[in-house]
Amino acid sequence: MQSKSLTLKALDIVSLILLAVSTYLALVFAPTEAVMGQVQRVFYFHVATAWVGMLGFIAAGLSGIAYLRSGDPKWDRIEVAAVEISLVFFFIAIVLGAIWARPVWNTWWTWDPRLTTAAITELIYIAYFMLRQGIEDPDRRARFGAVYTLVGAVSVPITFMAIRLFRTIHPVVIGTQSAEAQGGFNMTGDMKIAFFFALFAFTVIFVDLFWHRIRIGELADQVEQLKLKVMR
Amino acid sequence: MPTPSHASFAKAVAAVAWKDLAAELRSRELVSAMLVFSLLVILIFNFALELDIATRRSVTAGVLWATFAFAGTLGLNRSMAVEKDRGCLDGLLLAPVDRSAIYFGKVLSNLSFMLIVEAIVLPVYSLLYNTNLFHPGLLAVILLGSIGYTAVGTLLSSMAVQTRTRDVMLPILLFPVAVPILIAAVKASGGYLSGADMQDILPWLNLLIAYDVIFTAIAFMVFDYVVEE
Repeated sequence: MQSKSLTLKALDIVSLILLAVSTYLALVFAPTEAVMGQVQRVFYFHVATAWVGMLGFIAAGLSGIAYLRSGDPKWDRIEVAAVEISLVFFFIAIVLGAIWARPVWNTWWTWDPRLTTAAITELIYIAYFMLRQGIEDPDRRARFGAVYTLVGAVSVPITFMAIRLFRTIHPVVIGTQSAEAQGGFNMTGDMKIAFFFALFAFTVIFVDLFWHRIRIGELADQVEQLKLKVMR
Repeated sequence: MPTPSHASFAKAVAAVAWKDLAAELRSRELVSAMLVFSLLVILIFNFALELDIATRRSVTAGVLWATFAFAGTLGLNRSMAVEKDRGCLDGLLLAPVDRSAIYFGKVLSNLSFMLIVEAIVLPVYSLLYNTNLFHPGLLAVILLGSIGYTAVGTLLSSMAVQTRTRDVMLPILLFPVAVPILIAAVKASGGYLSGADMQDILPWLNLLIAYDVIFTAIAFMVFDYVVEE
Protein backbone atom coordinates (compact mmCIF):
# COMPACT_ATOMS: atom_id res chain seq x y z
CA MET A 1 0.00 0.00 0.00
CA GLN A 2 1.32 3.42 -0.92
CA SER A 3 1.55 5.81 1.99
CA LYS A 4 0.17 9.32 1.84
CA SER A 5 2.22 11.57 -0.41
CA LEU A 6 4.10 14.43 1.21
CA THR A 7 2.06 17.07 -0.61
CA LEU A 8 -1.14 15.57 0.76
CA LYS A 9 0.26 15.53 4.29
CA ALA A 10 1.27 19.16 3.95
CA LEU A 11 -2.17 20.02 2.59
CA ASP A 12 -3.77 18.33 5.61
CA ILE A 13 -1.82 20.56 7.95
CA VAL A 14 -2.49 23.70 5.89
CA SER A 15 -6.23 22.86 5.87
CA LEU A 16 -6.30 22.50 9.64
CA ILE A 17 -4.50 25.81 10.15
CA LEU A 18 -6.79 27.58 7.67
CA LEU A 19 -9.86 26.15 9.40
CA ALA A 20 -8.60 27.37 12.78
CA VAL A 21 -7.80 30.85 11.46
CA SER A 22 -11.11 31.04 9.64
CA THR A 23 -12.96 30.06 12.83
CA TYR A 24 -11.13 32.79 14.71
CA LEU A 25 -11.94 35.37 12.02
CA ALA A 26 -15.61 34.40 11.93
CA LEU A 27 -16.20 34.12 15.67
CA VAL A 28 -13.88 36.77 17.14
CA PHE A 29 -12.32 39.05 14.54
CA ALA A 30 -15.40 40.01 12.52
CA PRO A 31 -17.57 42.72 14.10
CA THR A 32 -20.98 41.74 15.43
CA GLU A 33 -23.73 42.62 13.01
CA ALA A 34 -25.90 45.45 14.36
CA VAL A 35 -29.39 44.07 13.68
CA MET A 36 -29.04 40.29 13.81
CA GLY A 37 -26.35 40.07 16.48
CA GLN A 38 -24.13 37.07 17.12
CA VAL A 39 -26.17 34.64 15.02
CA GLN A 40 -25.02 36.44 11.88
CA ARG A 41 -21.57 34.85 12.43
CA VAL A 42 -23.06 31.62 11.09
CA PHE A 43 -23.08 33.33 7.71
CA TYR A 44 -19.32 32.97 7.09
CA PHE A 45 -19.33 29.19 7.33
CA HIS A 46 -22.80 28.89 5.84
CA VAL A 47 -21.76 30.48 2.55
CA ALA A 48 -18.37 28.74 2.58
CA THR A 49 -19.89 25.26 3.05
CA ALA A 50 -22.57 25.95 0.43
CA TRP A 51 -19.74 27.03 -1.89
CA VAL A 52 -17.91 23.75 -1.34
CA GLY A 53 -21.17 21.88 -1.94
CA MET A 54 -21.47 23.77 -5.21
CA LEU A 55 -17.88 22.95 -6.21
CA GLY A 56 -18.57 19.28 -5.53
CA PHE A 57 -21.78 19.45 -7.52
CA ILE A 58 -20.03 20.90 -10.57
CA ALA A 59 -17.10 18.48 -10.23
CA ALA A 60 -19.54 15.56 -10.08
CA GLY A 61 -21.41 16.67 -13.20
CA LEU A 62 -18.19 17.19 -15.18
CA SER A 63 -16.64 13.89 -14.12
CA GLY A 64 -19.91 12.14 -15.01
CA ILE A 65 -19.60 13.48 -18.56
CA ALA A 66 -15.89 12.62 -18.62
CA TYR A 67 -16.67 9.05 -17.56
CA LEU A 68 -19.30 8.57 -20.25
CA ARG A 69 -16.91 9.90 -22.89
CA SER A 70 -13.79 7.99 -21.85
CA GLY A 71 -15.02 5.00 -19.81
CA ASP A 72 -11.99 5.45 -17.56
CA PRO A 73 -12.76 4.20 -14.01
CA LYS A 74 -10.66 7.08 -12.67
CA TRP A 75 -13.53 9.46 -13.49
CA ASP A 76 -15.97 7.24 -11.65
CA ARG A 77 -13.88 7.49 -8.48
CA ILE A 78 -13.67 11.27 -8.87
CA GLU A 79 -17.42 11.46 -9.38
CA VAL A 80 -18.20 9.45 -6.21
CA ALA A 81 -15.77 11.59 -4.23
CA ALA A 82 -17.34 14.81 -5.47
CA VAL A 83 -20.89 13.64 -4.77
CA GLU A 84 -20.01 12.46 -1.26
CA ILE A 85 -18.28 15.71 -0.31
CA SER A 86 -21.02 17.81 -1.84
CA LEU A 87 -23.67 15.79 0.03
CA VAL A 88 -22.00 16.42 3.38
CA PHE A 89 -21.26 20.10 2.80
CA PHE A 90 -24.72 20.96 1.47
CA PHE A 91 -26.09 19.27 4.58
CA ILE A 92 -23.87 21.39 6.83
CA ALA A 93 -24.90 24.51 4.89
CA ILE A 94 -28.58 23.64 5.33
CA VAL A 95 -28.20 23.06 9.08
CA LEU A 96 -26.20 26.28 9.54
CA GLY A 97 -28.74 28.17 7.46
CA ALA A 98 -31.58 26.83 9.61
CA ILE A 99 -29.79 27.98 12.77
CA TRP A 100 -29.52 31.46 11.26
CA ALA A 101 -33.04 31.49 9.87
CA ARG A 102 -34.78 30.62 13.16
CA PRO A 103 -34.16 34.03 14.78
CA VAL A 104 -33.96 36.08 11.57
CA TRP A 105 -36.83 34.67 9.47
CA ASN A 106 -38.62 33.29 12.55
CA THR A 107 -38.68 29.82 11.01
CA TRP A 108 -36.22 26.97 10.57
CA TRP A 109 -37.23 26.35 7.01
CA THR A 110 -39.01 28.04 4.14
CA TRP A 111 -39.63 26.82 0.59
CA ASP A 112 -37.33 29.34 -0.99
CA PRO A 113 -35.46 28.54 -4.26
CA ARG A 114 -32.07 28.05 -2.66
CA LEU A 115 -33.34 26.05 0.29
CA THR A 116 -35.58 23.87 -1.82
CA THR A 117 -32.92 23.37 -4.49
CA ALA A 118 -30.35 22.39 -1.85
CA ALA A 119 -32.82 19.91 -0.35
CA ILE A 120 -33.63 18.41 -3.75
CA THR A 121 -29.94 18.17 -4.57
CA GLU A 122 -29.47 16.20 -1.34
CA LEU A 123 -32.30 13.87 -2.35
CA ILE A 124 -30.71 13.36 -5.79
CA TYR A 125 -27.42 12.48 -4.10
CA ILE A 126 -29.13 9.99 -1.78
CA ALA A 127 -30.91 8.46 -4.77
CA TYR A 128 -27.51 8.28 -6.50
CA PHE A 129 -26.02 6.24 -3.67
CA MET A 130 -29.07 3.98 -3.46
CA LEU A 131 -28.80 3.38 -7.20
CA ARG A 132 -25.12 2.47 -6.93
CA GLN A 133 -25.74 0.21 -3.98
CA GLY A 134 -28.25 -1.81 -5.95
CA ILE A 135 -25.81 -2.72 -8.74
CA GLU A 136 -23.07 -5.32 -8.35
CA ASP A 137 -21.30 -5.09 -11.69
CA PRO A 138 -18.75 -2.26 -11.19
CA ASP A 139 -18.81 -1.25 -14.86
CA ARG A 140 -22.57 -0.88 -14.94
CA ARG A 141 -22.55 0.83 -11.54
CA ALA A 142 -20.18 3.45 -12.91
CA ARG A 143 -22.19 3.94 -16.11
CA PHE A 144 -25.52 4.33 -14.32
CA GLY A 145 -23.94 6.61 -11.74
CA ALA A 146 -22.57 8.85 -14.48
CA VAL A 147 -25.90 8.96 -16.33
CA TYR A 148 -27.74 9.86 -13.15
CA THR A 149 -25.28 12.60 -12.16
CA LEU A 150 -25.65 14.04 -15.64
CA VAL A 151 -29.47 14.03 -15.39
CA GLY A 152 -29.22 15.53 -11.90
CA ALA A 153 -26.69 18.16 -12.92
CA VAL A 154 -29.03 19.39 -15.65
CA SER A 155 -32.25 19.20 -13.67
CA VAL A 156 -31.04 21.04 -10.55
CA PRO A 157 -30.46 24.43 -12.26
CA ILE A 158 -33.86 24.09 -13.97
CA THR A 159 -35.44 23.38 -10.58
CA PHE A 160 -33.75 26.46 -9.20
CA MET A 161 -35.09 28.64 -12.02
CA ALA A 162 -38.54 27.11 -11.68
CA ILE A 163 -38.77 27.93 -7.99
CA ARG A 164 -37.20 31.32 -8.60
CA LEU A 165 -40.25 32.23 -10.67
CA PHE A 166 -41.97 32.41 -7.27
CA ARG A 167 -40.83 35.15 -4.98
CA THR A 168 -37.80 34.64 -2.81
CA ILE A 169 -36.94 35.92 0.67
CA HIS A 170 -33.38 34.58 0.73
CA PRO A 171 -30.96 37.51 1.06
CA VAL A 172 -28.32 38.09 -1.60
CA VAL A 173 -25.34 39.60 0.18
CA ILE A 174 -23.18 39.81 -2.91
CA GLY A 175 -24.74 41.38 -5.99
CA THR A 176 -28.25 42.70 -6.35
CA GLN A 177 -31.03 41.45 -4.16
CA SER A 178 -34.78 41.44 -4.54
CA ALA A 179 -36.89 43.85 -2.53
CA GLU A 180 -38.62 41.02 -0.66
CA ALA A 181 -35.39 39.54 0.74
CA GLN A 182 -35.22 39.54 4.53
CA GLY A 183 -32.10 39.42 6.65
CA GLY A 184 -29.72 41.00 4.15
CA PHE A 185 -26.93 43.32 5.31
CA ASN A 186 -23.92 45.16 4.01
CA MET A 187 -20.52 43.76 4.84
CA THR A 188 -17.94 46.02 6.45
CA GLY A 189 -14.24 45.65 5.69
CA ASP A 190 -13.52 43.21 8.54
CA MET A 191 -16.57 41.16 7.66
CA LYS A 192 -15.32 40.91 4.10
CA ILE A 193 -11.94 39.67 5.34
CA ALA A 194 -13.61 36.96 7.44
CA PHE A 195 -15.95 36.09 4.57
CA PHE A 196 -13.40 35.77 1.79
CA PHE A 197 -10.97 34.01 4.09
CA ALA A 198 -13.67 31.45 4.94
CA LEU A 199 -14.31 30.91 1.22
CA PHE A 200 -10.60 30.44 0.60
CA ALA A 201 -10.11 28.15 3.61
CA PHE A 202 -13.02 25.92 2.67
CA THR A 203 -11.85 25.73 -0.94
CA VAL A 204 -8.51 24.39 0.29
CA ILE A 205 -10.31 22.01 2.65
CA PHE A 206 -12.41 20.87 -0.30
CA VAL A 207 -9.31 20.09 -2.35
CA ASP A 208 -7.80 18.22 0.60
CA LEU A 209 -10.91 16.12 1.24
CA PHE A 210 -11.41 15.53 -2.46
CA TRP A 211 -7.89 14.24 -2.79
CA HIS A 212 -8.32 11.98 0.24
CA ARG A 213 -11.60 10.58 -1.01
CA ILE A 214 -10.22 9.84 -4.49
CA ARG A 215 -7.25 8.10 -2.86
CA ILE A 216 -9.59 5.99 -0.71
CA GLY A 217 -11.54 5.10 -3.85
CA GLU A 218 -8.35 3.93 -5.56
CA LEU A 219 -7.38 1.83 -2.54
CA ALA A 220 -10.88 0.34 -2.32
CA ASP A 221 -10.67 -0.69 -5.98
CA GLN A 222 -7.30 -2.33 -5.34
CA VAL A 223 -8.73 -4.23 -2.37
CA GLU A 224 -11.62 -5.42 -4.51
CA GLN A 225 -9.24 -6.66 -7.20
CA LEU A 226 -7.06 -8.44 -4.64
CA LYS A 227 -10.13 -10.11 -3.17
CA LEU A 228 -11.14 -11.35 -6.62
CA LYS A 229 -7.63 -12.71 -7.13
CA VAL A 230 -7.75 -14.63 -3.83
CA MET A 231 -11.14 -16.09 -4.65
CA ARG A 232 -9.87 -17.47 -7.95
CA MET B 1 -36.64 15.59 -46.09
CA PRO B 2 -37.19 11.93 -45.23
CA THR B 3 -34.19 9.90 -46.33
CA PRO B 4 -34.34 6.09 -46.29
CA SER B 5 -32.46 5.97 -42.96
CA HIS B 6 -34.96 8.40 -41.39
CA ALA B 7 -37.81 6.31 -42.67
CA SER B 8 -36.35 3.11 -41.27
CA PHE B 9 -35.68 4.81 -37.94
CA ALA B 10 -39.30 5.96 -37.72
CA LYS B 11 -40.39 2.46 -38.67
CA ALA B 12 -38.28 0.94 -35.89
CA VAL B 13 -39.70 3.41 -33.35
CA ALA B 14 -43.22 2.64 -34.48
CA ALA B 15 -42.57 -1.10 -34.33
CA VAL B 16 -41.34 -0.93 -30.72
CA ALA B 17 -44.25 1.26 -29.69
CA TRP B 18 -46.74 -0.90 -31.54
CA LYS B 19 -45.41 -4.06 -29.87
CA ASP B 20 -46.20 -2.53 -26.47
CA LEU B 21 -49.57 -1.21 -27.51
CA ALA B 22 -50.59 -4.52 -29.07
CA ALA B 23 -49.52 -6.42 -25.94
CA GLU B 24 -51.47 -3.95 -23.84
CA LEU B 25 -54.50 -4.22 -26.08
CA ARG B 26 -54.58 -7.95 -25.39
CA SER B 27 -53.77 -8.01 -21.68
CA ARG B 28 -54.93 -4.56 -20.55
CA GLU B 29 -53.05 -5.14 -17.32
CA LEU B 30 -50.93 -1.99 -17.31
CA VAL B 31 -53.50 0.67 -18.12
CA SER B 32 -56.12 -0.90 -15.87
CA ALA B 33 -53.66 -1.01 -12.96
CA MET B 34 -52.69 2.63 -13.53
CA LEU B 35 -56.31 3.62 -13.80
CA VAL B 36 -57.50 1.90 -10.63
CA PHE B 37 -54.49 3.26 -8.82
CA SER B 38 -55.27 6.82 -10.02
CA LEU B 39 -58.85 6.59 -8.81
CA LEU B 40 -57.62 5.33 -5.44
CA VAL B 41 -55.18 8.23 -5.16
CA ILE B 42 -57.99 10.68 -5.88
CA LEU B 43 -60.10 8.93 -3.26
CA ILE B 44 -57.31 9.26 -0.71
CA PHE B 45 -56.86 12.94 -1.55
CA ASN B 46 -60.56 13.41 -1.10
CA PHE B 47 -60.33 12.37 2.53
CA ALA B 48 -56.86 13.75 3.17
CA LEU B 49 -57.74 17.24 1.95
CA GLU B 50 -61.50 17.44 2.54
CA LEU B 51 -62.08 18.55 -1.03
CA ASP B 52 -64.92 20.99 -0.44
CA ILE B 53 -65.70 23.65 -3.01
CA ALA B 54 -63.36 26.30 -1.62
CA THR B 55 -60.32 24.00 -1.28
CA ARG B 56 -61.04 22.32 -4.57
CA ARG B 57 -60.48 25.49 -6.52
CA SER B 58 -56.94 25.89 -5.19
CA VAL B 59 -55.78 22.27 -5.04
CA THR B 60 -57.28 20.63 -8.15
CA ALA B 61 -54.12 21.14 -10.22
CA GLY B 62 -51.95 19.72 -7.44
CA VAL B 63 -54.18 16.69 -6.89
CA LEU B 64 -54.28 15.93 -10.61
CA TRP B 65 -50.51 16.12 -11.05
CA ALA B 66 -49.76 14.11 -7.94
CA THR B 67 -52.14 11.46 -9.28
CA PHE B 68 -50.53 11.48 -12.74
CA ALA B 69 -47.04 11.33 -11.26
CA PHE B 70 -47.86 8.34 -9.04
CA ALA B 71 -49.77 6.47 -11.74
CA GLY B 72 -46.97 7.34 -14.19
CA THR B 73 -44.26 5.68 -12.09
CA LEU B 74 -46.42 2.60 -11.75
CA GLY B 75 -46.78 2.33 -15.51
CA LEU B 76 -43.15 3.17 -16.33
CA ASN B 77 -41.83 0.64 -13.87
CA ARG B 78 -44.12 -2.14 -15.05
CA SER B 79 -43.53 -1.48 -18.73
CA MET B 80 -39.75 -1.86 -18.26
CA ALA B 81 -39.95 -4.71 -15.75
CA VAL B 82 -41.90 -6.77 -18.30
CA GLU B 83 -39.14 -6.25 -20.86
CA LYS B 84 -36.50 -7.31 -18.38
CA ASP B 85 -38.32 -10.34 -16.91
CA ARG B 86 -39.13 -12.15 -20.07
CA GLY B 87 -35.81 -11.34 -21.69
CA CYS B 88 -37.52 -9.08 -24.21
CA LEU B 89 -34.97 -6.35 -23.68
CA ASP B 90 -32.14 -8.62 -24.81
CA GLY B 91 -34.19 -9.51 -27.86
CA LEU B 92 -34.84 -5.85 -28.61
CA LEU B 93 -31.16 -5.02 -28.23
CA LEU B 94 -30.26 -7.73 -30.74
CA ALA B 95 -32.47 -6.10 -33.34
CA PRO B 96 -30.40 -4.38 -36.04
CA VAL B 97 -31.75 -0.90 -35.29
CA ASP B 98 -30.34 2.13 -33.56
CA ARG B 99 -30.66 1.81 -29.77
CA SER B 100 -32.31 5.20 -29.56
CA ALA B 101 -35.16 3.82 -31.70
CA ILE B 102 -35.89 1.45 -28.83
CA TYR B 103 -35.85 4.38 -26.42
CA PHE B 104 -38.23 6.48 -28.50
CA GLY B 105 -40.49 3.50 -29.08
CA LYS B 106 -40.74 2.91 -25.34
CA VAL B 107 -41.34 6.62 -24.72
CA LEU B 108 -44.13 6.59 -27.27
CA SER B 109 -45.87 3.60 -25.71
CA ASN B 110 -45.38 4.86 -22.14
CA LEU B 111 -46.72 8.24 -23.19
CA SER B 112 -49.77 6.62 -24.78
CA PHE B 113 -50.49 4.70 -21.57
CA MET B 114 -50.22 7.87 -19.51
CA LEU B 115 -52.43 9.83 -21.89
CA ILE B 116 -55.07 7.09 -21.91
CA VAL B 117 -55.16 7.10 -18.11
CA GLU B 118 -55.32 10.90 -18.05
CA ALA B 119 -58.08 10.91 -20.63
CA ILE B 120 -60.18 8.77 -18.30
CA VAL B 121 -59.18 10.42 -15.00
CA LEU B 122 -60.02 13.94 -16.19
CA PRO B 123 -63.73 13.36 -16.95
CA VAL B 124 -64.10 11.22 -13.82
CA TYR B 125 -62.60 13.99 -11.71
CA SER B 126 -64.83 16.57 -13.42
CA LEU B 127 -67.84 14.41 -12.71
CA LEU B 128 -66.99 13.63 -9.10
CA TYR B 129 -66.14 17.18 -8.15
CA ASN B 130 -68.35 19.08 -10.53
CA THR B 131 -65.42 21.05 -11.95
CA ASN B 132 -65.00 21.68 -15.64
CA LEU B 133 -61.52 20.50 -16.63
CA PHE B 134 -61.97 20.66 -20.40
CA HIS B 135 -59.89 23.67 -21.14
CA PRO B 136 -57.73 23.37 -24.29
CA GLY B 137 -54.85 25.05 -22.45
CA LEU B 138 -55.03 22.52 -19.63
CA LEU B 139 -54.97 19.66 -22.13
CA ALA B 140 -51.85 21.16 -23.72
CA VAL B 141 -50.18 21.41 -20.30
CA ILE B 142 -51.04 17.78 -19.57
CA LEU B 143 -49.56 16.72 -22.90
CA LEU B 144 -46.35 18.72 -22.38
CA GLY B 145 -45.98 17.55 -18.79
CA SER B 146 -46.55 13.92 -19.71
CA ILE B 147 -43.98 14.10 -22.51
CA GLY B 148 -41.30 15.37 -20.14
CA TYR B 149 -42.25 12.92 -17.43
CA THR B 150 -42.10 9.89 -19.73
CA ALA B 151 -38.93 11.11 -21.45
CA VAL B 152 -37.00 11.11 -18.16
CA GLY B 153 -39.04 8.28 -16.68
CA THR B 154 -38.29 5.86 -19.51
CA LEU B 155 -34.56 6.50 -19.21
CA LEU B 156 -34.53 6.13 -15.43
CA SER B 157 -36.85 3.13 -15.38
CA SER B 158 -34.52 1.27 -17.72
CA MET B 159 -31.81 1.86 -15.10
CA ALA B 160 -34.09 1.08 -12.17
CA VAL B 161 -35.14 -2.37 -13.43
CA GLN B 162 -31.50 -3.42 -13.66
CA THR B 163 -30.86 -2.86 -9.95
CA ARG B 164 -31.39 -5.19 -7.02
CA THR B 165 -34.00 -2.92 -5.40
CA ARG B 166 -35.87 -2.34 -8.61
CA ASP B 167 -39.38 -2.21 -7.17
CA VAL B 168 -38.65 0.87 -5.10
CA MET B 169 -35.89 2.48 -7.16
CA LEU B 170 -37.83 4.32 -9.87
CA PRO B 171 -39.76 6.90 -7.79
CA ILE B 172 -36.64 7.64 -5.74
CA LEU B 173 -34.65 8.32 -8.92
CA LEU B 174 -37.41 10.03 -10.85
CA PHE B 175 -39.17 12.38 -8.42
CA PRO B 176 -36.23 14.63 -7.50
CA VAL B 177 -35.27 15.21 -11.14
CA ALA B 178 -38.89 15.58 -12.28
CA VAL B 179 -39.54 18.41 -9.83
CA PRO B 180 -39.36 21.15 -12.51
CA ILE B 181 -42.08 19.41 -14.54
CA LEU B 182 -44.33 19.08 -11.53
CA ILE B 183 -43.83 22.70 -10.46
CA ALA B 184 -44.41 24.08 -13.96
CA ALA B 185 -47.32 21.76 -14.73
CA VAL B 186 -49.11 22.47 -11.45
CA LYS B 187 -48.61 26.22 -11.85
CA ALA B 188 -49.72 26.25 -15.49
CA SER B 189 -52.73 23.97 -14.86
CA GLY B 190 -53.72 26.04 -11.83
CA GLY B 191 -53.41 29.16 -13.97
CA TYR B 192 -55.76 27.81 -16.63
CA LEU B 193 -58.25 26.55 -14.05
CA SER B 194 -58.41 29.87 -12.24
CA GLY B 195 -58.57 31.82 -15.50
CA ALA B 196 -55.25 33.61 -15.03
CA ASP B 197 -53.73 35.83 -17.70
CA MET B 198 -51.78 34.14 -20.50
CA GLN B 199 -48.89 36.37 -19.46
CA ASP B 200 -48.70 34.60 -16.10
CA ILE B 201 -48.98 31.12 -17.58
CA LEU B 202 -46.53 31.55 -20.44
CA PRO B 203 -43.29 31.26 -18.40
CA TRP B 204 -44.45 27.90 -17.04
CA LEU B 205 -45.32 26.65 -20.53
CA ASN B 206 -41.90 27.73 -21.76
CA LEU B 207 -40.29 25.92 -18.87
CA LEU B 208 -42.20 22.75 -19.73
CA ILE B 209 -41.18 22.93 -23.37
CA ALA B 210 -37.54 23.63 -22.47
CA TYR B 211 -37.51 20.69 -20.04
CA ASP B 212 -39.05 18.37 -22.64
CA VAL B 213 -36.50 19.33 -25.28
CA ILE B 214 -33.47 19.21 -22.97
CA PHE B 215 -34.29 15.89 -21.37
CA THR B 216 -35.34 14.16 -24.56
CA ALA B 217 -31.98 15.20 -26.00
CA ILE B 218 -30.04 13.96 -22.95
CA ALA B 219 -31.90 10.66 -22.84
CA PHE B 220 -31.30 10.22 -26.57
CA MET B 221 -27.56 10.71 -26.00
CA VAL B 222 -27.11 8.49 -22.95
CA PHE B 223 -29.60 5.67 -23.55
CA ASP B 224 -26.85 3.57 -25.13
CA TYR B 225 -24.91 3.54 -21.86
CA VAL B 226 -27.95 2.40 -19.92
CA VAL B 227 -28.76 -0.70 -21.99
CA GLU B 228 -25.19 -1.67 -22.87
CA GLU B 229 -24.23 -5.10 -21.49
